[in-house]
Amino acid sequence: MKVEEKLALDAFKTDSESHITINHEICRTRCKAKYCLFVCPGHLYTHNEETDEMVVEYAGCLECGTCRIACIEGAINWVYPRGEFGVQYRFG
Amino acid sequence: MEKIDVVIVGGGLSGLACAYRLAEKDLQIIVVERGDFPGSKNVTGGRIYMMPIREMVGDMLDGAPFERKVVRERWSLLGEGNSVGIDLISENFRKEEHSYTVLRAIFDRWLGDKLMEKGVFVIPKYRVDDLLWEGNKVVGVRAGTEEIFANVVVASDGVLSFLGEKAGIRPKMEPGNYAVGIKEVIELPEEKINDRFNVQSGEGVAHLFLGDVTKGLFGGGFLYTNKESVSLGVVVGIKALMGRTTGLEAHTLMEAFKERYELKTLIKDGHLSEYSAHIIPEGGYGGISKIYGNGIILTGDAAGFALNMGVTVRGMEFAIASGIIGAEAILKAKETGDYSEKTLSSYEARLKETFVLQDLQACQNMPAYLDNEVFFNLYPRSIPDLAEKVMWFDRGPKAKIGKTLWENMKASGLLSLKSLIELYKIKNL
Repeated sequence: MKVEEKLALDAFKTDSESHITINHEICRTRCKAKYCLFVCPGHLYTHNEETDEMVVEYAGCLECGTCRIACIEGAINWVYPRGEFGVQYRFG
Repeated sequence: MEKIDVVIVGGGLSGLACAYRLAEKDLQIIVVERGDFPGSKNVTGGRIYMMPIREMVGDMLDGAPFERKVVRERWSLLGEGNSVGIDLISENFRKEEHSYTVLRAIFDRWLGDKLMEKGVFVIPKYRVDDLLWEGNKVVGVRAGTEEIFANVVVASDGVLSFLGEKAGIRPKMEPGNYAVGIKEVIELPEEKINDRFNVQSGEGVAHLFLGDVTKGLFGGGFLYTNKESVSLGVVVGIKALMGRTTGLEAHTLMEAFKERYELKTLIKDGHLSEYSAHIIPEGGYGGISKIYGNGIILTGDAAGFALNMGVTVRGMEFAIASGIIGAEAILKAKETGDYSEKTLSSYEARLKETFVLQDLQACQNMPAYLDNEVFFNLYPRSIPDLAEKVMWFDRGPKAKIGKTLWENMKASGLLSLKSLIELYKIKNL
């Protein structure tokens, strides 16, 4: 099963604004490794070739924080979604 | 604004346990939880060991919604196309209240409800954004436009503990001190679980996997049986993952794990109900920084209280114990009305007298030992191979078993000086 299909099984309440913001300048100038592309359990990060920007599908965020820890250059600003938004686990 | 005794940030096990003990002493407390209900943001493998906390919990866990009592312990070394396992069954596990599997969205919610019945305010859907300060003293929290003033803030805000960072008592998170756990809850009828795992109703299995499950990286796989589901997952060190050389993507580990023959029949026809992920502290004793300050204490995962012992992983009983001991430190501070760092240091002093810091300290060499190719690569690759060679009967006559063992042990690298030194180091663990 694809990871997108797995995420579709979870209960999400999506805020209008992203709780993850990315400083693209840091990504472009300082980050070669692009850890965010492969450490995220939701596989939510992609690279937009045209704009040369990292894109995150924040609505599917499992709120683990792996990207925040792995982004050692500090390009990812990650906070919890506002109260009542984000993933709501039913089993946990 | 009116000041309450304690504001607890986070409706996980440490925060709720802390609230429970404080409520017994009639303190004014508020628990703030960012999810829809306590437990809605929480994830465990996992199981809780009861014996270390039995004497401190009182009636807190009476009637708790445990999933299954663990009566069978399994470990598997996974090679690429083979595996070797150990299967420990003991009547003692069956007789005693030893360890139980749980699902946190159910378990924590139950405890939150129990607290509310006791008259504790558990406020869901509020994200705490910041601490309130008076000089160098924490005096409360801010959630959006609302401010809650309290004598003590209990930061039970989980492994990412933003409050611990904001309080300046917890350093920035280093990839080497954390792993990411990726988990699926797969529903199966109770009878099927009983049959497939050869257990009775109410009884279950804890199964850890090493080796191919993480493609040799620091980490492993886990399977815990719940009443009508299994919790199946993969844990991988974040630093190890960042240093991977194979183009591996974290999310693909789970699918590859489920494709293993060893797993397939166990979860066949199961219904995948939830996909989750959570960070796990892996720094052990050395990963714990300061856990108290003026007007604030850190509990549970926020304090780094989790322990990977190689043969098992522990966290929830540490969380509960630290919440209770934190409550006791606060009660002591209330006697004098002094909530300074100096007074709250009794929290750490008391933790040192209990299994929380004693077990963590006893295992302080474990993280360095586990950060080791032998454990995640050499053993899982070579030991199943060795067993397979002994058990393989080909067309020609069978080579002598002892000789086969010896020669293959030499060839595998198990007897190399480097791996023997690693083996020798076990005495320090």
